[in-house]
Amino acid sequence: MLDIVHLILFTFLAVVAVAIIRLKDLFAAVMLMGIFSLLSASLFTVMDAVDVAFTEAAVGAGISTILMLATLALTESEEHPEHNKIQVMPLIAVVATGAVLVFATFDMPRYGDPEAPIHHRVAPHYIEHTDDEIGVPNMVTAVLASYRGYDTWGETTVIFTACVGVMLLLGGHAIVDRFRRRKDSGSEGDS
Amino acid sequence: MISHLIPRVLSKLLIPLIMLFALYVQFHGDYGPGGGFQAGVIFGAGIILYTLLFGLDRAKEAFRPRVLEIFVAGGVLLYGGVGIAAIFAGGNFLDYDVLAHDPTHGQHLGILLVELGVGITVAAVMATIFFQFAGRGRTDD
Repeated sequence: MLDIVHLILFTFLAVVAVAIIRLKDLFAAVMLMGIFSLLSASLFTVMDAVDVAFTEAAVGAGISTILMLATLALTESEEHPEHNKIQVMPLIAVVATGAVLVFATFDMPRYGDPEAPIHHRVAPHYIEHTDDEIGVPNMVTAVLASYRGYDTWGETTVIFTACVGVMLLLGGHAIVDRFRRRKDSGSEGDS
Repeated sequence: MISHLIPRVLSKLLIPLIMLFALYVQFHGDYGPGGGFQAGVIFGAGIILYTLLFGLDRAKEAFRPRVLEIFVAGGVLLYGGVGIAAIFAGGNFLDYDVLAHDPTHGQHLGILLVELGVGITVAAVMATIFFQFAGRGRTDD
Protein backbone atom coordinates (compact mmCIF):
# COMPACT_ATOMS: atom_id res chain seq x y z
CA MET A 1 0.00 0.00 0.00
CA LEU A 2 2.76 2.41 1.02
CA ASP A 3 4.70 1.47 -2.11
CA ILE A 4 1.76 2.54 -4.26
CA VAL A 5 1.63 5.93 -2.49
CA HIS A 6 5.39 6.35 -3.04
CA LEU A 7 5.03 5.37 -6.68
CA ILE A 8 2.19 7.83 -7.30
CA LEU A 9 3.98 10.70 -5.56
CA PHE A 10 7.26 10.03 -7.39
CA THR A 11 5.41 9.85 -10.72
CA PHE A 12 3.75 13.19 -10.03
CA LEU A 13 7.16 14.65 -9.08
CA ALA A 14 8.68 13.49 -12.36
CA VAL A 15 5.73 14.83 -14.40
CA VAL A 16 5.87 18.21 -12.66
CA ALA A 17 9.67 18.40 -13.12
CA VAL A 18 9.40 17.74 -16.87
CA ALA A 19 6.59 20.29 -17.14
CA ILE A 20 8.74 22.92 -15.36
CA ILE A 21 11.60 22.34 -17.83
CA ARG A 22 9.36 22.55 -20.89
CA LEU A 23 7.31 25.59 -19.89
CA LYS A 24 8.27 28.94 -21.42
CA ASP A 25 5.91 30.89 -19.15
CA LEU A 26 7.97 31.47 -15.99
CA PHE A 27 4.89 32.42 -13.94
CA ALA A 28 3.40 28.96 -14.51
CA ALA A 29 6.81 27.39 -13.86
CA VAL A 30 7.02 29.10 -10.45
CA MET A 31 3.54 27.83 -9.56
CA LEU A 32 4.56 24.31 -10.59
CA MET A 33 7.68 24.61 -8.44
CA GLY A 34 5.40 25.31 -5.49
CA ILE A 35 3.42 22.19 -6.35
CA PHE A 36 6.71 20.27 -6.65
CA SER A 37 7.64 21.33 -3.11
CA LEU A 38 4.21 20.38 -1.79
CA LEU A 39 4.55 16.92 -3.39
CA SER A 40 8.01 16.56 -1.81
CA ALA A 41 6.53 17.53 1.54
CA SER A 42 3.85 14.82 1.15
CA LEU A 43 6.60 12.35 0.27
CA PHE A 44 8.57 13.29 3.41
CA THR A 45 5.41 12.85 5.50
CA VAL A 46 4.87 9.38 4.06
CA MET A 47 8.51 8.59 4.90
CA ASP A 48 7.85 9.66 8.55
CA ALA A 49 10.19 12.69 8.30
CA VAL A 50 7.58 15.11 9.59
CA ASP A 51 10.12 17.77 10.62
CA VAL A 52 11.56 17.93 7.10
CA ALA A 53 8.05 17.93 5.58
CA PHE A 54 7.16 20.88 7.79
CA THR A 55 10.15 22.86 6.54
CA GLU A 56 9.65 21.90 2.90
CA ALA A 57 5.98 22.91 2.96
CA ALA A 58 6.68 26.26 4.61
CA VAL A 59 9.89 27.22 2.79
CA GLY A 60 9.60 25.44 -0.54
CA ALA A 61 5.90 25.77 -1.24
CA GLY A 62 5.34 29.01 0.65
CA ILE A 63 8.17 31.49 1.01
CA SER A 64 10.39 30.61 -1.97
CA THR A 65 7.37 30.69 -4.31
CA ILE A 66 6.55 34.20 -3.10
CA LEU A 67 10.20 35.29 -3.46
CA MET A 68 10.22 33.91 -7.03
CA LEU A 69 7.02 35.81 -7.80
CA ALA A 70 8.55 38.97 -6.35
CA THR A 71 11.55 38.44 -8.64
CA LEU A 72 9.28 37.94 -11.66
CA ALA A 73 7.52 41.20 -10.81
CA LEU A 74 10.90 42.94 -11.12
CA THR A 75 11.86 41.28 -14.43
CA GLU A 76 9.49 39.66 -16.90
CA SER A 77 7.67 36.37 -16.86
CA GLU A 78 8.48 35.09 -20.35
CA GLU A 79 11.53 33.00 -21.17
CA HIS A 80 13.49 33.90 -24.33
CA PRO A 81 15.72 30.94 -25.16
CA GLU A 82 18.71 31.75 -27.36
CA HIS A 83 18.93 28.32 -28.93
CA ASN A 84 15.82 26.64 -30.21
CA LYS A 85 17.36 23.51 -31.71
CA ILE A 86 18.79 20.70 -29.61
CA GLN A 87 22.54 21.01 -29.01
CA VAL A 88 24.36 17.71 -29.23
CA MET A 89 27.40 18.15 -26.96
CA PRO A 90 25.57 19.49 -23.90
CA LEU A 91 22.95 16.75 -24.34
CA ILE A 92 25.65 14.06 -24.34
CA ALA A 93 27.31 15.59 -21.27
CA VAL A 94 24.02 15.74 -19.36
CA VAL A 95 22.95 12.21 -20.31
CA ALA A 96 26.40 10.80 -19.43
CA THR A 97 26.44 12.54 -16.01
CA GLY A 98 22.90 11.38 -15.33
CA ALA A 99 23.78 7.80 -16.27
CA VAL A 100 26.79 7.84 -13.91
CA LEU A 101 24.61 9.17 -11.08
CA VAL A 102 21.93 6.52 -11.65
CA PHE A 103 24.67 3.87 -11.79
CA ALA A 104 26.01 5.11 -8.45
CA THR A 105 22.60 4.68 -6.79
CA PHE A 106 22.85 0.89 -7.35
CA ASP A 107 25.50 0.80 -4.60
CA MET A 108 23.25 2.62 -2.14
CA PRO A 109 21.47 0.59 0.55
CA ARG A 110 17.78 0.05 -0.09
CA TYR A 111 15.33 2.55 1.42
CA GLY A 112 14.66 1.60 5.05
CA ASP A 113 17.29 -1.15 5.06
CA PRO A 114 18.16 -1.85 8.74
CA GLU A 115 21.63 -3.04 7.66
CA ALA A 116 22.50 0.32 6.07
CA PRO A 117 25.78 1.79 7.43
CA ILE A 118 24.04 4.94 8.66
CA HIS A 119 22.09 2.92 11.23
CA HIS A 120 25.23 1.44 12.78
CA ARG A 121 27.39 4.44 13.66
CA VAL A 122 26.01 7.07 16.05
CA ALA A 123 22.29 6.39 15.58
CA PRO A 124 22.14 3.51 18.14
CA HIS A 125 23.80 5.77 20.73
CA TYR A 126 21.20 8.51 20.13
CA ILE A 127 18.33 6.04 20.37
CA GLU A 128 19.59 4.37 23.54
CA HIS A 129 20.88 7.39 25.47
CA THR A 130 18.69 10.36 24.48
CA ASP A 131 16.29 9.65 27.32
CA ASP A 132 18.85 9.69 30.14
CA GLU A 133 21.38 12.14 28.63
CA ILE A 134 19.04 14.80 27.27
CA GLY A 135 15.61 13.87 28.63
CA VAL A 136 13.71 15.26 25.65
CA PRO A 137 10.95 13.09 24.15
CA ASN A 138 11.53 14.28 20.56
CA MET A 139 14.77 12.65 19.50
CA VAL A 140 15.10 14.85 16.39
CA THR A 141 15.23 17.96 18.55
CA ALA A 142 17.76 16.34 20.87
CA VAL A 143 20.05 15.45 17.95
CA LEU A 144 19.67 18.81 16.19
CA ALA A 145 20.00 21.13 19.16
CA SER A 146 22.26 19.20 21.52
CA TYR A 147 24.25 16.33 19.99
CA ARG A 148 24.74 18.30 16.79
CA GLY A 149 24.58 21.76 18.28
CA TYR A 150 27.63 22.82 16.26
CA ASP A 151 25.88 21.95 12.98
CA THR A 152 22.78 23.92 13.89
CA TRP A 153 24.94 26.83 15.04
CA GLY A 154 26.61 26.78 11.61
CA GLU A 155 23.23 26.64 9.85
CA THR A 156 21.93 29.61 11.81
CA THR A 157 25.05 31.55 10.86
CA VAL A 158 24.50 30.61 7.20
CA ILE A 159 20.94 32.00 7.35
CA PHE A 160 22.24 35.15 9.03
CA THR A 161 24.94 35.56 6.35
CA ALA A 162 22.39 35.01 3.57
CA CYS A 163 20.24 37.78 5.04
CA VAL A 164 23.20 40.16 5.25
CA GLY A 165 24.06 39.33 1.64
CA VAL A 166 20.53 40.05 0.41
CA MET A 167 20.42 43.28 2.40
CA LEU A 168 23.70 44.45 0.87
CA LEU A 169 22.81 43.42 -2.69
CA LEU A 170 19.21 44.64 -2.81
CA GLY A 171 19.25 47.38 -0.20
CA GLY A 172 22.91 48.35 -0.55
CA HIS A 173 22.20 51.48 -2.56
CA ALA A 174 20.21 52.89 0.37
CA ILE A 175 23.18 52.36 2.70
CA VAL A 176 25.58 53.90 0.15
CA ASP A 177 23.23 56.87 -0.36
CA ARG A 178 22.95 57.41 3.39
CA PHE A 179 26.74 57.28 3.72
CA ARG A 180 27.26 59.72 0.81
CA ARG A 181 24.70 62.16 2.17
CA ARG A 182 26.42 62.11 5.54
CA LYS A 183 29.80 62.63 3.86
CA ASP A 184 28.45 65.53 1.73
CA SER A 185 26.88 67.28 4.70
CA GLY A 186 30.05 66.65 6.68
CA SER A 187 32.30 68.25 4.02
CA GLU A 188 29.90 71.19 3.72
CA GLY A 189 30.16 71.71 7.44
CA ASP A 190 33.96 71.78 7.18
CA SER A 191 34.13 74.35 4.37
CA MET B 1 -5.38 49.73 -5.45
CA ILE B 2 -7.94 46.96 -5.54
CA SER B 3 -9.45 46.34 -2.13
CA HIS B 4 -9.13 42.63 -1.50
CA LEU B 5 -11.90 42.65 1.09
CA ILE B 6 -12.55 38.92 1.56
CA PRO B 7 -8.86 37.86 1.69
CA ARG B 8 -8.15 40.73 4.10
CA VAL B 9 -10.96 39.77 6.49
CA LEU B 10 -10.01 36.11 6.31
CA SER B 11 -6.32 36.85 6.82
CA LYS B 12 -7.17 38.91 9.91
CA LEU B 13 -8.66 35.72 11.31
CA LEU B 14 -5.83 33.52 10.07
CA ILE B 15 -2.66 35.52 10.80
CA PRO B 16 -3.02 35.42 14.62
CA LEU B 17 -3.65 31.68 14.39
CA ILE B 18 -0.58 31.23 12.14
CA MET B 19 1.60 33.14 14.61
CA LEU B 20 0.14 31.26 17.58
CA PHE B 21 0.84 28.00 15.75
CA ALA B 22 4.42 29.17 15.14
CA LEU B 23 4.86 29.74 18.88
CA TYR B 24 3.35 26.30 19.56
CA VAL B 25 5.81 24.69 17.12
CA GLN B 26 8.61 26.68 18.75
CA PHE B 27 7.96 25.72 22.35
CA HIS B 28 6.51 22.27 21.75
CA GLY B 29 9.55 21.24 19.68
CA ASP B 30 10.88 19.19 22.60
CA TYR B 31 7.80 16.97 22.53
CA GLY B 32 6.47 16.93 18.96
CA PRO B 33 7.76 17.56 15.46
CA GLY B 34 9.07 21.05 14.90
CA GLY B 35 11.59 23.39 16.41
CA GLY B 36 13.17 26.75 15.95
CA PHE B 37 13.65 26.68 12.19
CA GLN B 38 10.11 25.52 11.38
CA ALA B 39 8.59 27.94 13.87
CA GLY B 40 10.62 30.83 12.46
CA VAL B 41 9.58 30.02 8.92
CA ILE B 42 5.90 29.81 9.87
CA PHE B 43 6.10 33.11 11.75
CA GLY B 44 7.88 34.67 8.77
CA ALA B 45 5.15 33.33 6.46
CA GLY B 46 2.58 35.06 8.68
CA ILE B 47 4.43 38.38 8.30
CA ILE B 48 4.69 37.86 4.52
CA LEU B 49 0.96 37.10 4.27
CA TYR B 50 0.24 40.34 6.13
CA THR B 51 2.54 42.23 3.72
CA LEU B 52 0.87 40.73 0.66
CA LEU B 53 -2.61 41.78 1.74
CA PHE B 54 -2.04 45.10 3.48
CA GLY B 55 0.89 46.50 1.55
CA LEU B 56 4.56 47.01 2.29
CA ASP B 57 4.16 50.36 4.04
CA ARG B 58 1.69 49.11 6.65
CA ALA B 59 3.75 45.96 7.17
CA LYS B 60 6.87 48.05 7.74
CA GLU B 61 4.95 50.03 10.36
CA ALA B 62 3.90 46.85 12.15
CA PHE B 63 7.28 45.10 11.79
CA ARG B 64 9.89 47.83 11.69
CA PRO B 65 12.94 46.91 9.54
CA ARG B 66 15.23 48.39 12.20
CA VAL B 67 13.76 46.07 14.86
CA LEU B 68 13.91 43.11 12.46
CA GLU B 69 17.62 43.81 11.87
CA ILE B 70 18.21 43.65 15.61
CA PHE B 71 16.32 40.34 15.78
CA VAL B 72 18.34 38.92 12.84
CA ALA B 73 21.56 39.42 14.77
CA GLY B 74 19.99 38.87 18.21
CA GLY B 75 18.96 35.27 17.52
CA VAL B 76 22.47 34.30 16.39
CA LEU B 77 23.92 36.10 19.41
CA LEU B 78 21.51 34.27 21.74
CA TYR B 79 22.66 30.95 20.28
CA GLY B 80 26.31 31.89 20.58
CA GLY B 81 25.69 33.38 24.02
CA VAL B 82 24.39 30.03 25.30
CA GLY B 83 27.59 28.45 24.00
CA ILE B 84 29.77 31.07 25.71
CA ALA B 85 27.71 30.77 28.91
CA ALA B 86 28.47 27.06 28.91
CA ILE B 87 32.21 27.87 28.69
CA PHE B 88 31.92 30.28 31.64
CA ALA B 89 30.02 27.65 33.62
CA GLY B 90 32.98 25.33 33.21
CA GLY B 91 32.02 23.18 30.22
CA ASN B 92 32.76 23.15 26.51
CA PHE B 93 31.21 25.45 23.90
CA LEU B 94 27.48 24.50 23.55
CA ASP B 95 27.76 21.88 26.30
CA TYR B 96 24.42 22.43 28.06
CA ASP B 97 25.05 19.96 30.89
CA VAL B 98 26.67 22.64 33.05
CA LEU B 99 23.94 25.28 32.60
CA ALA B 100 21.85 24.02 35.55
CA HIS B 101 22.45 21.95 38.67
CA ASP B 102 21.10 18.83 37.00
CA PRO B 103 22.59 17.89 33.56
CA THR B 104 19.14 17.02 32.17
CA HIS B 105 17.73 20.37 33.31
CA GLY B 106 20.74 22.06 31.75
CA GLN B 107 20.04 20.28 28.48
CA HIS B 108 16.38 21.36 28.60
CA LEU B 109 17.34 24.97 29.23
CA GLY B 110 20.06 24.95 26.58
CA ILE B 111 17.83 23.42 23.90
CA LEU B 112 15.01 25.85 24.70
CA LEU B 113 17.26 28.92 24.43
CA VAL B 114 19.12 27.69 21.36
CA GLU B 115 15.89 26.86 19.52
CA LEU B 116 14.53 30.29 20.51
CA GLY B 117 17.62 31.88 18.99
CA VAL B 118 17.15 29.93 15.75
CA GLY B 119 13.45 30.83 15.64
CA ILE B 120 14.06 34.56 16.17
CA THR B 121 16.77 34.73 13.52
CA VAL B 122 14.84 32.71 10.92
CA ALA B 123 11.59 34.66 11.35
CA ALA B 124 13.39 38.01 11.12
CA VAL B 125 15.50 36.85 8.15
CA MET B 126 12.46 35.65 6.17
CA ALA B 127 10.62 38.92 6.76
CA THR B 128 13.70 41.04 5.99
CA ILE B 129 14.49 39.21 2.73
CA PHE B 130 10.86 39.56 1.61
CA PHE B 131 10.82 43.26 2.51
CA GLN B 132 14.01 43.73 0.47
CA PHE B 133 12.50 41.96 -2.57
CA ALA B 134 9.18 43.75 -2.28
CA GLY B 135 10.78 47.16 -1.72
CA ARG B 136 13.11 46.79 -4.72
CA GLY B 137 12.32 49.15 -7.59
CA ARG B 138 10.57 51.68 -5.38
CA THR B 139 11.94 55.18 -5.28
CA ASP B 140 11.23 56.00 -1.66
CA ASP B 141 14.21 54.19 -0.14
